[in-house]
Amino acid sequence: MAEAGRLSATTGRPRRGLLRPVTALRVGIIVAVLATWQLLSASGLLYRDVVPSLAAIAVALYATLSDPTFYFHLATTGYEIGIALAIGGMSGLAVGIALGASKLMAKAYEAYLYYLGPTPKIIFFPVMIMWFGVGAGSKVAMGAVSCFFPIALNVAAGMREIDPVLIRVGASFRANTWQMVSKIYLPAMRYPVINGLRIGLGVALIGTLLAETKLSNRGIGFLVIQAYSLFNMPQMYSLLIVLFVISIGANALIGRLGGLRDIKQS
Amino acid sequence: MNGFAASARSGLLTRLLPAALGIGSIVVLIGLVEALIRLGLINRFIVPMPSEIFLAFPRIVVEENVLSRFTLTISEAFSASILVAVFGIAGGVLLHRFTLLRQATETWVAAIAAAPLVLIYPLYLVIFGRSATTIVMMGFTAGVAPTVLKTLEGLAGTRRVLINVGRSFNLTPSQQFWKILFPAALPTIFVGLRLGLIFALINIVGVEFLINFGGLGQLINELSERYDLAGTYAAICFVVLVSICVFVLMERLERWLRPGD
Repeated sequence: MAEAGRLSATTGRPRRGLLRPVTALRVGIIVAVLATWQLLSASGLLYRDVVPSLAAIAVALYATLSDPTFYFHLATTGYEIGIALAIGGMSGLAVGIALGASKLMAKAYEAYLYYLGPTPKIIFFPVMIMWFGVGAGSKVAMGAVSCFFPIALNVAAGMREIDPVLIRVGASFRANTWQMVSKIYLPAMRYPVINGLRIGLGVALIGTLLAETKLSNRGIGFLVIQAYSLFNMPQMYSLLIVLFVISIGANALIGRLGGLRDIKQS
Repeated sequence: MNGFAASARSGLLTRLLPAALGIGSIVVLIGLVEALIRLGLINRFIVPMPSEIFLAFPRIVVEENVLSRFTLTISEAFSASILVAVFGIAGGVLLHRFTLLRQATETWVAAIAAAPLVLIYPLYLVIFGRSATTIVMMGFTAGVAPTVLKTLEGLAGTRRVLINVGRSFNLTPSQQFWKILFPAALPTIFVGLRLGLIFALINIVGVEFLINFGGLGQLINELSERYDLAGTYAAICFVVLVSICVFVLMERLERWLRPGD
């Protein structure tokens, strides 16, 4: 019975009797929210355009997605986040491995990372502007600083969970440091690493986009703040919808590619 | 006796060595940066000397009204945390009470918790204006979803035996909630509150900086716009210290609530 339950969970095939009311409720909630929105828009209770009509948002969404300049800004932000994730990810991985491999290092330095991790990173933006200029460099730095902490902490925690037998096997084959990292450590801790990357991507995205809203002339963050400055509310809503879809999609994709879903279900 | 003394000494050394290494590394790093700036190898108009930053602390405390700004940020965080606690716990209880609602919306709440919600601050600026309400609402928005999820997790994770004890005493649904479910879920709910409050504080300081309004976040923005480098670095250090203190305080409170862990 338990096996059958697990099978149905892993295949994702829903039991009809259970899912029908759930789907109906979901559809009902979505319809109710959209109807309330439309009524609020038509009522004029709020300032004009603060709650634009659904049709206006749909038109703005179409206009945004069919505008080639949007893709230029999207590519700029994507490039900045990609570089940030590469720099923050690689340095986080290196620091995490160093902390996880040595008890002394972990006791000496991990507390600093642990307590610095939840600080608001955007306050470092003035420093990043001084160091890396007003261009893409400061945004990349913001993203890299943001994603460094969760990746380093996840990797360090993952290193400590590696089965000691695997490490002894590597040592008995006289593997050098690089071989230990590439053939023992990384494969054994792929789930914490991927989980760290997933969290790191989320915070890198926030860091980069917030920096773009503060000081930039390109990128999706710039488009959002420009829409605010011009009071183009339908465009702002359309950009926020696109952003949330991209970020939630990327988050789910990394989790699925890394097999995080399988761990949860097993 | 000698063996005991030796082992105590070695235990003390094992405990002190990492702390000394950590603190020593920071002191050496600060000294190195100071030396490199004095030697002209690092531009002092980009990175101020650590001694200047240290001396800027009393200046920003007196001249920039750090204490009143700190009070303002904390009061915003407090308002946001009240909202997070009320709506987050109520949301979690609601999802726990109605299973169908939970099945329909739990993944949505999880998606909201993972979404970069702080990016909607320009929208809040339009709706609430450049005011403390925008900052408080941003903190609330960031903190509510994790609190809902953790409340739900805590209530759903109540041990079956406790629920059965309540049933055997013929408790009413209200008594079952207040005497069994809520006390059992309280430690997990507090984890959610801690997460929610940390997210709220991060977003409050961040939005203060971004919209140049309010307490500590605005201070950093103002000092950087005045090109007061030492003051900017000192203010950043101050905000980092405040966040660390709040984080440690919440962690202590959580440990006090979950002594068995």
